Amino acid sequence: MNKDLPRWATAFVMPVLNLLSAMLVTALVIHLLGESPTESLAILVNSAVVNPEGLSYTLFYASTFIFTGLAVSLAMEAGLFNIGAEGQMYFAGLGLTLAMLSFDSTLPAIVLIPVGMTGAALFGALWAFVPGYLQAKRGSHVVVTTIMFNYIAAALMNTVIVKLVPPGEQNPASRAFAAAAEMPRLNQWFPVLGETPLNISFFLAIIALVIYGVVMSRSAWGYKVRAAGLNKHAAHYAGIRISKMIIIVMLISGALAGLGSVNSIMGSTHYLSLNFVGGAGFIGIAIALMGRQHPVGIFLSAVLFGALTQGGFDLSLEKQNIPPEMVILVQGLIILFCGAMEYLYAPAIAKMLNLKK
Amino acid sequence: MQPAVEFRGISKHFGAVKANTDVSFTIAKGSIHGLVGENGAGKSTLMSILYGYYRADSGEILLDGQARRIHNSQEAIALGIGMVHQHFMLVENMTVLDNVMLGSEGGFKLKANRARVEQELREICARYRLEVDPLATIHDLSVGAQQRVEILKQIYRSANILILDEPTAVLTAQETESLFEILRLFKEQGKTIILITHKLQEILDITDTVTVMRGGRVIGAVPTAGTTKEDLANMMVGRPIENNLPRAPYNPGAPVLQVENLQLLDDQGVKLLADIGFTLRAGEIVAIAGVSGNGQSELMEILSGMRLPTSGKLDFLGKPLPFEGRSDADGLPRTFRELGIGHVPEDRLRDGVIKAFSVMHNTIFGYQDKLKNRWGLLNFKAIATRCAELMKNFDVRPNNHDLRIGLLSGGNQQKVVIAREVLAQPKLMLVGQPTRGVDIGTIESIHTQLLKLRDEGVAILLVSVELEEVRALADRILVMCGGRITGELKIEEFDTTRIGLLMGGMHKS
Repeated sequence: MNKDLPRWATAFVMPVLNLLSAMLVTALVIHLLGESPTESLAILVNSAVVNPEGLSYTLFYASTFIFTGLAVSLAMEAGLFNIGAEGQMYFAGLGLTLAMLSFDSTLPAIVLIPVGMTGAALFGALWAFVPGYLQAKRGSHVVVTTIMFNYIAAALMNTVIVKLVPPGEQNPASRAFAAAAEMPRLNQWFPVLGETPLNISFFLAIIALVIYGVVMSRSAWGYKVRAAGLNKHAAHYAGIRISKMIIIVMLISGALAGLGSVNSIMGSTHYLSLNFVGGAGFIGIAIALMGRQHPVGIFLSAVLFGALTQGGFDLSLEKQNIPPEMVILVQGLIILFCGAMEYLYAPAIAKMLNLKK
Repeated sequence: MQPAVEFRGISKHFGAVKANTDVSFTIAKGSIHGLVGENGAGKSTLMSILYGYYRADSGEILLDGQARRIHNSQEAIALGIGMVHQHFMLVENMTVLDNVMLGSEGGFKLKANRARVEQELREICARYRLEVDPLATIHDLSVGAQQRVEILKQIYRSANILILDEPTAVLTAQETESLFEILRLFKEQGKTIILITHKLQEILDITDTVTVMRGGRVIGAVPTAGTTKEDLANMMVGRPIENNLPRAPYNPGAPVLQVENLQLLDDQGVKLLADIGFTLRAGEIVAIAGVSGNGQSELMEILSGMRLPTSGKLDFLGKPLPFEGRSDADGLPRTFRELGIGHVPEDRLRDGVIKAFSVMHNTIFGYQDKLKNRWGLLNFKAIATRCAELMKNFDVRPNNHDLRIGLLSGGNQQKVVIAREVLAQPKLMLVGQPTRGVDIGTIESIHTQLLKLRDEGVAILLVSVELEEVRALADRILVMCGGRITGELKIEEFDTTRIGLLMGGMHKS
């Protein structure tokens, strides 16, 4: 039954049903852990959305997730499954840091921020270039190579960070950047947000979303990307240079993932630390799947995951039986229901629609 | 005598689509019954109901006078119904014997059965004069032989009612004739045959009775003897069909495409194209006839820039086509398109359209870089206007450019592809199988468009496996077999037998 469902069903009803299913299983697990699902939900919502400080954290996390979600989405539109946003963002952090360590004492903030972004984007793109090149020219599957590159990035950073640790320090982290390298925080205009790291990266993320949306739906280039992603044979027929397309898409995808590190480092910690990415690249995959590579979908999913991250922390603090890893479980369930079992409810919806007619 | 099959008031709806509405007719035992109709007329749905794939919403099927509920294909097979699909259901790397046994292995010990089944198959082959070696591997067999394996499979499963879905679509004239011999033999042995086809000549050649369907209903069920091709076509389409479309006198202009000594080897060094040479002039249609898979597709791919030739001289408007110095064909079709080569690809759904894109998005496919506004964005206002005009001129139905093209019928998809390529005003138009899977009414309109293009002075290279189509369109005919051109004929010399022999590679050398 290859019934075509109306757009509101695939774009809205199905993701919501899938999400509810993930929540239902989560509730069951919480119940089995001996805690009340409803109470847990109340804590989560309160800490992530209702409380302005919490909401601020939610949006802070979402800013990073929007970039990684965009990175995965763009590649997905071109038919490439970029699992490597994690490694690309991680490596990009190095590019950003090298730029900052070189210039933060000499350049003013207005220049430093673009320089940092450029460093991050370049390094992220570089880390995605090799898998892209191998896919385009050698046919090595980008899924395999990007996974490998995540590990390589992790190993490489372990080695590199030792060189960046200032003398006399024990922490595996670079020195802190000068104040000029800090992304302006929003709490200076909205004091209600409290001492939270939400910064102008959030607006940069929104701008990136808008550009992505316009390029994908209105430009000839976006048209070609989507065509190549949907049907390689036809794309070749249409004269699209597929290998070039793959490399460019991976470069941009890596750059987008890399920009995620600007929020994490220049917006919050102000130094490079080990494992600062903390799974944001993988969450990007979930966001791309759940948001169906649509800018609005990516935004909503990123905010949802931001809320889960923020709410999850507080939840594990308040509820003894709920471990911090609960967030990962929820993320896993969302990927399962929104990605792997995307069409779980499609037959049922189709049936209901037919009955109405 | 009881009819072998009787359909009584069969109706089947898929959502809002009425695939079958109150279908009733009978098929006499020991007869060959033709079932004709355009795509979407409901033939396949009806046969799928008979074979147990679908269940009818209402109505009943009587086999030998007894009402039967057929829930799945196993039950259909048990009731003696066999189906030979258009696309063969064979495991390529297994032997004929193993393919026949697959699904009816009969017990745990395969070996003891094998010898017995092999013996049985040899007997069946002898009785029905099916020339098939049970121990041959499928991929070594010709298409005609593979089809005989499908038939063999059905007889082995003791089918008394054999459904053949477009069996001759992939056969040469000679293979078709031998298939018909087998079917006649079947009939003599008292078996019933249902032949689904869109080739009306075949209906007249071999069937006893014929049922015409249109829009899910039976339009007529008549003895073949009392009908003509024109009658059947009228019934199928619901209006008279023009066979001889108007065309300007043959007056070819300057050479547009000159091919000399073209060779193509695949990665293993197997010759796909050998010593191809021909000239195509402005204002003429040269048709390449041949059984599919004899190098036509590869030739079209080379000429459209989708594939590099191994060697050869290819000149377009006096200049060599830009194959020189390329290691792959990535992006080359775009250059060819800019030179003025239009291409209606053979496999429309694989190459010609993006199924998930709307009709409008598909009308700019391959030309997307030409329709930008000053911001570098696609100019959707202009594209919509262009699309509306195109849909009107080529009568694309339904007239809704936001519809995904995958939801259109094959004929309407093809109209969009042809319209798109015509709109680019090519000097050379490569047209592969323009009417494959397209219904009669649309064939007429596509042929009209191609002839109009010819009259306007475009050089057209047509690949078709339908001799009817070749006859209707071509000024000259090249016949291909085994990657070579085995013969050339003028349209005045059109002779099915001779072309058939050339297609089979049997030519005077």
